[in-house]
Amino acid sequence: MSFPWAKHYEPKSGFTKWIDERLPLPRLVYGAVGAGYPVPRNLNYFWNFGVLAGAALAIQIVTGIVLAMHYAANGGVAFDSVEHIMRDVNGGWFLRYAHANGASMFFVVVYIHIFRGLFYGSYKAPREMIWLLGVTIFLLMMATAFMGYVLPWGQMSFWGAQVITGFFSAIPVVGDTIRIWLLGGYAPDDAALNRFFSLHYLLPFVIAGVIILHIWALHIPGSNNPTGVDVKGEQDTVPFHPYYTAKDGFGLGVFLFIFAALLFFAPNSLGHPDNYIPANALQTPAHIVPEWYFWPFYAILRAFTVDFIGIPAKLLGVLAMFGSILLLFFLPWLDSSPVRSANYRPLYRIFFWVLVADVLVLGWCGGSPATPLYVIISQISAAYYFAHFLIIIPIISRAERPTPLPNSITEAVLAKKGGTSPAHTALSGSAVPAE
Amino acid sequence: MASGNTLEVPRQDEPHHDGEPRRRDFLNIAAVAAAGVGGIAIVVPLINQMNPSADVLAQSTTDVDLSKIEAGQGIVTSFRKQPLFVRNLTPAEIAAADKVDVKTLRDPETLAQRTRGQKNWLITLGVCTHLGCIPQGITSGEDRGQFGGYFCPCHGSQYDTAARIRKGPAPKNLFVPEYKFTSPTTVTVG
Repeated sequence: MSFPWAKHYEPKSGFTKWIDERLPLPRLVYGAVGAGYPVPRNLNYFWNFGVLAGAALAIQIVTGIVLAMHYAANGGVAFDSVEHIMRDVNGGWFLRYAHANGASMFFVVVYIHIFRGLFYGSYKAPREMIWLLGVTIFLLMMATAFMGYVLPWGQMSFWGAQVITGFFSAIPVVGDTIRIWLLGGYAPDDAALNRFFSLHYLLPFVIAGVIILHIWALHIPGSNNPTGVDVKGEQDTVPFHPYYTAKDGFGLGVFLFIFAALLFFAPNSLGHPDNYIPANALQTPAHIVPEWYFWPFYAILRAFTVDFIGIPAKLLGVLAMFGSILLLFFLPWLDSSPVRSANYRPLYRIFFWVLVADVLVLGWCGGSPATPLYVIISQISAAYYFAHFLIIIPIISRAERPTPLPNSITEAVLAKKGGTSPAHTALSGSAVPAE
Repeated sequence: MASGNTLEVPRQDEPHHDGEPRRRDFLNIAAVAAAGVGGIAIVVPLINQMNPSADVLAQSTTDVDLSKIEAGQGIVTSFRKQPLFVRNLTPAEIAAADKVDVKTLRDPETLAQRTRGQKNWLITLGVCTHLGCIPQGITSGEDRGQFGGYFCPCHGSQYDTAARIRKGPAPKNLFVPEYKFTSPTTVTVG
C-alpha cells in the first residue's frame, strides 16, 4: 500500500470483478491486511500484540453483547442478574468469566503493545499519529473497563464508582456539581448504573472506530521494525499475507491457550472477593482496590498526601494520575533522538528497563493497602515515572551516542544469520525472522 | 450543460463587485447561524438529562430520632442514599474540639459553626471528602484516629471530634447538611 512494489488486487472471476467495480471492499482488505501490504521482513513476536489486542476487543464485544441479553441494569436486581447468569443461564458462567478475564487479557496485551512501542521507538516520526491514536484507545479502554466493573453492583463495583467519580469532585468550584451530574444523584445508584451500562455498551464500538484510524495511520508509513531502520527496497519486506497472517495466527493460538488456562482454571484469581458481596451504600470495604490494570495509576493517585503550593493534596493526586497518561501524548516530542530502536541506544535501553521496573513497583504499591511504607515507595516511584519522561528522556536523547545502525533491514537480518550482528542484544535475541 | 455553450451564467460563489454582501451571503449566514443555535439548543436536554431526576431529588429530607442516642454514642442513618453520622458528643469531646486554634486548620470552622445551637449534636455526612469512603468511628468500638473523631481506612484521613479534617489527603471537613430541630428529640435533615 505504502510502497511502490506493493501488489495490486486483481479480481479473478467475473463475480469478483463485478463486486470490485461496485464496492471495492475486497481490494481494501487485500491492500490493508492481504498480499498487497508489504511489511518489514524482520518483525519479531512483539509485533503480534496489535493483532492480539484486536482479537481481545472482538472477544469482549461478542461476549459482552450476549451477556447484555441476560443482565439487568437496576440497582435492585443487577447483582442477582449476574448470579443468574452464573448459575441459571446456559453456559453463562463461561461467557461471564470469558468477559471478565478477557478484560485482563486485553490489558496485558495492550501493555505489552505499548512497551513494544516504547522500546523500538514506534512513536517517533513519521508514526506520531499512530501513537496519539493509541493513547486515545488506551484512555477509552480504561473508561470502558471501569464502567464494566461497576455493572455487577458488588461492593467493589459500588465503592469503585464512588472513588472514581470522586476524582471529579477535586476540580475547583464546579467539582461537586460535575460529580452529581455524572452520577445523576448524590451517590452511585440506579441512574449511575444505567448510564454506565449504556456507555459500557457504546464505548467498545468507539474504540473499534479509533482502531480503524490507528491502522489507517499505520498504513501510511508502514510498520516499524526491530532495527528501527526505514524500509529501503522490496528486499526488506514480505507481503502481510501469508507471512504475517500465519505468524499472527500462531501468536493468536498461544494467546488463546493462555486465556483458556486462566478462564477455566483460575477465573477468579484476578478479581476481588468483595465483589461477590452485594453493593452496600452504608459500608465501605476495609481495602478498596481497583482491578490490577489500574494499580500503577492508583498508586500515583495515592502518592499525594500533603497540600503543595496551595493546591489540595486530593487535586494534586488526581492531576498526577491523569497527567501520567496524558504525558504519553507528548512523548514523540520529548524524545528527540533520531534513532528509533533501543537496540542501538545503549543508554535509553537501560532506562527503558528501569521504567518497566518502576511501573511494576507502582502496580505493586497500588494493589497494597495505603500504609506509610507503601505510600513512600509510591511517592518515589511516581516521581521517577515523571522524571523518566520529563527529564531523563530529553537529556539522554541528546547526550547518548547510539551504536552503528545497519544500512538496511536485509543487512541486519543477514548479519544475524551469520551470527555477527552488531545488534545482538537481549531483546533482539528473541527476534524471529519472518521467513 | 452542453459543451461549447457560451451563455454567460452569473457565478454565485464570487463576492459582489462593489463589496456589498449579496442576498445569498445573508441567507447563508442566517441558515448556518440558525442551525448552530438549534444544534446547541438540542445539546442542552441531552446534557441536562444526566442531572439528578425528580425522584432522586424527592428523597431529600430524613427525620432522625435523637432520644435513643446517649452522650458518647452515635448512629449511622441514610440521607440522599448517603450515610449520615449523628453523634452525641461528650463534654470532653466538645472541649477537645473547642480547644483547637481554628486558624491552624485546613478547613477552618469552629464546632459552633458546625452545629445548630446544640453543640453536642454533631450531624455530618459519613462521606470522606477525599474520595467518598465511609470513615470509621461513629460507633465507639471503631478506630477513631489520633484526634478522636473519625478515621478513613481508604487513604488514612483523620478527623477530630468536630469532624474536621486534621491529617491525611482529604481537603475538607465532613459535610454538614442543612437540618433543623423539629422537636427537642427530633431533627429533620435536608
